[in-house]
Amino acid sequence: MTNAAQHNEQSRVVLRAEDVWKSYDDETITVLQGANFEAVQGQTVALCGPSGCGKSTLLHLFGGLDTPDRGRVAVNGIEVNERRNLLRLLRHEVGFVFQLHNLIPDLTLEENCLIPTVAAGIDRRIAQARLRQLTDRTGLSHRLGQRIQKLSGGERQRTALCRALMNKPKILLADEPTGSLDEHTSAIVFELLLDVVATEGVTLLMATHDRGLAERCDRVLEMRDGKIHEPEYAR
Amino acid sequence: MIFVRLVWTNLQRHRIRSLISVAGIAFSVAAMLTVVTILQGAIGMFSGILSSDSEIIVFERNVSDLFFSSVPQSAADAITKWPMVSHADPVLFGVVSSASNPIITCFGVTAEDPRMRKAVWVAGDRANFGQHADDVALGERAAEFLGATLGSHVPIGHATFHVIGIVKTANGFEDGGVFMPLASAQNFFHKQGSSSVITIKLRNKDDVAAFKGMVKSNYSNLVGLENAEFNRSYSQFKILKATAWAVGGCGLLLGGFGVANTMIMSVFTRIREIAILRVNGFSNVQIASMIFGESAMVSLLGAVAGLSIGTCFLYALKLVPALHGYVDVTIRPMILLIVIVLALLTGVAGALYPAFYAMRIRAVEALRFE
Repeated sequence: MTNAAQHNEQSRVVLRAEDVWKSYDDETITVLQGANFEAVQGQTVALCGPSGCGKSTLLHLFGGLDTPDRGRVAVNGIEVNERRNLLRLLRHEVGFVFQLHNLIPDLTLEENCLIPTVAAGIDRRIAQARLRQLTDRTGLSHRLGQRIQKLSGGERQRTALCRALMNKPKILLADEPTGSLDEHTSAIVFELLLDVVATEGVTLLMATHDRGLAERCDRVLEMRDGKIHEPEYAR
Repeated sequence: MIFVRLVWTNLQRHRIRSLISVAGIAFSVAAMLTVVTILQGAIGMFSGILSSDSEIIVFERNVSDLFFSSVPQSAADAITKWPMVSHADPVLFGVVSSASNPIITCFGVTAEDPRMRKAVWVAGDRANFGQHADDVALGERAAEFLGATLGSHVPIGHATFHVIGIVKTANGFEDGGVFMPLASAQNFFHKQGSSSVITIKLRNKDDVAAFKGMVKSNYSNLVGLENAEFNRSYSQFKILKATAWAVGGCGLLLGGFGVANTMIMSVFTRIREIAILRVNGFSNVQIASMIFGESAMVSLLGAVAGLSIGTCFLYALKLVPALHGYVDVTIRPMILLIVIVLALLTGVAGALYPAFYAMRIRAVEALRFE
């Protein structure tokens, strides 16, 4: 790839929100009021703001889990609402990591991680190879056969990260990924998250309350009054 | 493989609940298998009496029950002489009671009747059959419950008969029945000069159509049917079969409600988990397949357990002396297939609403609230 092509690829907008409105409970709670946002390929973006300001809602909109009342939400240049196949978005283009790991407790680490590959119909051998690659990187390869109940909080969240990246999505939507962890574990998991995201060339959009972690991202955005603000000090 | 693991894991979470559902299907299947097999066996035995060494049965047209059929002796005499007929055997059916048994089936037959010829004479001699009006031969089980031995006199109905033989047959109805000389039976049941049916053995099986045509043209009030044809069309058999399947079906329906209840509870307690699967790319079809897979597994386990229980129960029934010969434990492959398919369909039907509910779960709402 030439430098110019590489630059174009890196500056390609993969997430875009234009004048997005979203309310709940018959419009009595409006969380997004004309929010605008863009993120380019490979960027790490932190969304900060108080609880209920709409951070999670924005992530859900990008993941096709919810629809805006007004405005446009596009992933990889295609408006989420107009996608013929929303499943493709969830299976191949975005991965989710939640505050609560949201793993299936009765399955093993390996089985939990393989769920997205089953959904997408990915060949078992390819899925296994990918699983090994991710668990090696996240230090979980010795825990593959363990049930989720037997894993520590950090291990569970790392498992959730592996699961989110199994189908090689280009966008990772992380909703307070370290919110349920202690400070030490949180720092370890976040380092790992940044490392994996950088290695895989994934765009990260992360909702967080943790200013310290947010500062480690390429951009820090503030959500206030249903809108997204980018402070001038942000990189 | 993960998909199957998911299905299996989901069932294992609430083992007692799953086991109750399996038991519901199992006992339904066992009930259906038992009822259907016993009634099919009974039908098979009755048709076995009719088809003993014969291909065709001639009886009165449009009768609802062969006990009411009346075929003139003259017809039997004439048909015997038709060139394509090897032998024609008139049989008169009747039902009487004795002090110890409310229902005893009587067969009015000639000494040359195939039922008499094929039976094993454990006491007495066929050569003596029909020499006196009050002579009877008893089936082995009938002799047992009547407390009769060779040479004894037994009260049957309003008369007393002299036992000149005891026969052993594999057929429960025959084994528990009384064989009277045809003329005696005609007098006893006030059906002088007639029989219930004539069973026909042809010289050449290719003459079936010609024979039936001749019956039709010579006797407008009689009909000749091949044995299989008779089994299919005889209304009593149809009623029995329909009853058996209806009773079994009701049982299976109850089992289906059990599966539906289990699956509904299972889905309600896994809303968040289903949402997780959705977020990870599971389609509606995949979610529904998982629910149907669970119900199918419950049904399949239930069917296997039910078939085992039913089979054991049938064998146990066969061992009961009073039912000797009446219970045919031969489980026909078709019945087996139908029972399994019905059990699976019941499971699938029971999972329809739960699957529909699961498909409508919105991930965003399920994940927002614990």
